Amino acid sequence: MENNYLIDSDELSPEALEKKHRLENDPTCRTNHMEYMPGMDIIKSDICEKVLSEMNSYDYSKYTARDVVAALNHDHCSIEDFKALLSPAAEPLLEKMAERARLETSKHFGNTVYLFTPLYIANYCENYCVYCGFNCYNKIRRMKLTTEQIEHEMKVIADSGMEEILILTGESRAASDVEYIGEACKLARKYFRLVGLEVYPVNVDEYKYLHECGADYVTVFQESYDTDKYETLHLMGHKRVWPYRFDAQERALMGGMRGVAFSALLGLSDFRKDALATALHAYFLQKKYPHAEISLSCPRLRPIINNEKINPLDVHEKQLCQVLCAYRIFLPFAGITVSSRETAQFRNGIVKIAATKVSAGVSTGIGDHESKYTGKEDEYAQGDEQFEISDSRSLDKMYQDIEGEGLQPVLNDYLFV
Amino acid sequence: MEDMKTEDKLLIGGKEFNSRFILGSGKYSMKLIEAAVKDAGAELITLAVRRTNTKDQENILDYIPEGVTLLPNTSGARTADEAVRIARLARELGCGNFVKIEIMRDTKYLLPDNMETIKATEILAKEGFVVMPYMYPDLNAARDLANAGAASIMPLASPIGSNKGLATKEFIQILIDEMDLPIIVDAGIGRPSQACEAMEMGCAAVMANTALATAGNLPLMASAFKDAISSGRKAYLSGLGRVLTRGASASDPLTGFLRD
Repeated sequence: MENNYLIDSDELSPEALEKKHRLENDPTCRTNHMEYMPGMDIIKSDICEKVLSEMNSYDYSKYTARDVVAALNHDHCSIEDFKALLSPAAEPLLEKMAERARLETSKHFGNTVYLFTPLYIANYCENYCVYCGFNCYNKIRRMKLTTEQIEHEMKVIADSGMEEILILTGESRAASDVEYIGEACKLARKYFRLVGLEVYPVNVDEYKYLHECGADYVTVFQESYDTDKYETLHLMGHKRVWPYRFDAQERALMGGMRGVAFSALLGLSDFRKDALATALHAYFLQKKYPHAEISLSCPRLRPIINNEKINPLDVHEKQLCQVLCAYRIFLPFAGITVSSRETAQFRNGIVKIAATKVSAGVSTGIGDHESKYTGKEDEYAQGDEQFEISDSRSLDKMYQDIEGEGLQPVLNDYLFV
Repeated sequence: MEDMKTEDKLLIGGKEFNSRFILGSGKYSMKLIEAAVKDAGAELITLAVRRTNTKDQENILDYIPEGVTLLPNTSGARTADEAVRIARLARELGCGNFVKIEIMRDTKYLLPDNMETIKATEILAKEGFVVMPYMYPDLNAARDLANAGAASIMPLASPIGSNKGLATKEFIQILIDEMDLPIIVDAGIGRPSQACEAMEMGCAAVMANTALATAGNLPLMASAFKDAISSGRKAYLSGLGRVLTRGASASDPLTGFLRD
C-alpha cells in the first residue's frame, strides 16, 4: 500500500502544472539525486558507506525469537542484536523490550524528561517533497517573520518558562538565507539557554557562522535512507541531493556544533531498514566524533494541508514503540525526542520507557504563538502549518502531566560555553 | 561509638562534614534531594550548573536546605577552558567556592579526561576554589592533581550510571594507599553493599546518584546507603581482621625451624 501524495493546486499556472506533472511522471526529467550541486561542500567520510552497507544487507526476516531473547540478555547491544530487536520477530516480545529500555533510560537519564518548543520562522520552500505541507507546489499561506516578529514570538515563548528552542524554516535559501537564520539565533540566545536549528543543510563554514550566532544543536531529518525511494519522493530542489543531506550532521560537528540529531520519517519507506540506518548513522558519527552529543527522533507521516489522507501506513504505535525501544537499548546514552505528531497518551507512555525529550506548546505554523499561548490575536498575518500535530498541550499542562507520571520535567540542561 | 562519630569528620577544603555520603546530581528530582538530606544525611550535594533554571519553574537551587554545602560541577565541559568558565559562572551564581571538575570528551561512556582535568584544577585552585576533580583512577594523574592543588581525588568506580560497582577497585586501593588527600569514590556505585566495600577499603566518602534516583523506594534506599557507608567506615576505622583469601594458613609455620 502507498500513500497518494500527488495533489494539484488550482492556483498553479498551466506551465507550472505541466512541470509538476513532468517531475512526477517522468524520472528522466529529474536531476541525479546522488550528485552534489555546485556550491555544496563535499567532505571525505566513510560513514555513508558503512551505513548503507549495513542497511542494504539487512534481512530482518531471518531473525527469530531466540535471537531477540539473546539480544535482550546481552549486557552490550551489538549491531547484530539491534537488528534482531528491529525485526518482526521482536514484536511479540515488546513488553520485555520495553522493560529493558526503561532500565537503560533510567540508568542514563534517571527520571528526567526534557522539554522544548519549536519556532517556525518561515515556510517558504524551494523543494518539491511530495509528502510535505511546505512543498513549493502546495497552496498554503506563505510567511516569513521579520526580525521584530521573531523577537516577539520568542518573548511570548520565553514568558511561558521555556528555556530551549528549536528554530525551523522551510528550505529556501532565497527567502530565508543563512544570515537571516543567524540573526534569529542571535535573538534566541537572549531568551533561551539552548538554541537548536532545523533548517536546510548548509556548508561547514555556514554551520560555523550559525554556531557563532548562538546555535549549538543541529537537527536534520534524512527522511529515508533508501536512496531509490528518496528519489521518487523529493522531486526537485536542493533537498533532492541525498548525500549532501546525509553529511549534514558531520559538517555541523566540523563547524563546531555541540550536538546533532537524526531521523527518518517513518512511513515513507521500509521503516525497519530506515530505523536501522538512522541509529547506525548516529552510532558511526559518534564513534568518529566521541565528544558529539547525539539524539534521535522518530516522526511518522502525518496529514498535511490539502492532503488529509497521508498516514504512516504500516508503522502503527506498536511498531513505533518497538523502534524506540530498540534505539534506546542500542544507544542507551542518546537523547530520544518524540514530537507532537504523536498523541498525548502515546507520549505519556513512551517517556516512561525510552523518550527523554518532548515538545510542548507546539505550533508548526508561522507567527501564531501569541494567539496560541495567550488567546490574544496576533497583530500580523500568519503562515500555514507544515503538518497537523496530535498533542497540543501547553508547557504548563505538559509539565504537570510529566510530574503526574512520577517523572521530573527539566527545562534546561545546558550551558553555551 | 558516639565518640568516634564526633571525632571522625570528613575534612575537605578546610570544611568539616559529619556525613560521608555525597549526592550526585546527574539524575535529580526534588524528592531525591529531600531523601538524600533527610534519610541519607547528605551534607554535600552536587549541582550541575548547566541545570540551574533562569525562570521561575522548579529550581534545584531552591531545594538545597540550609546547612548543606553545594558542590557545583562542570558537567558539559569538554575542555579545561570550558570547565574553568563553568566554575567561574557557578561562583557568580552564588554557589560558593567548592567545585567538582568533570571534563568529558566522550558522550557514550562519559569517561573523564585526566589531562584536561589537571589543567583546570591548577587554574581553579589558584583562583581560590576548593577543587574536587572527577578522574579515571590513575596514580600519576592523581599525583599531578594533588600538585595542582586538588582538595580531594574522585576516582570513578565504573562508568557513570552503570551501577557496576567497584570495577576499578585495585586502582582505587592504590590511590588510597599512596595519596594523602581524601579519596572519594564517584560514579558506578549501584548498591549500598558496594558503597560499604569502598568505605572498608579506606575511601573517605562515596558519591552516588543513579542508584538512589532509580530506586523503588527513595527514602528507604537513601537510609540503606547511610547505614552501609557508616558500617564500612566503622569497619575501616576498627582495622579489618585477618581475611583468608586462599584457604587456611599452614598449621606448621614455614619459619618454625628458626631457633634464635
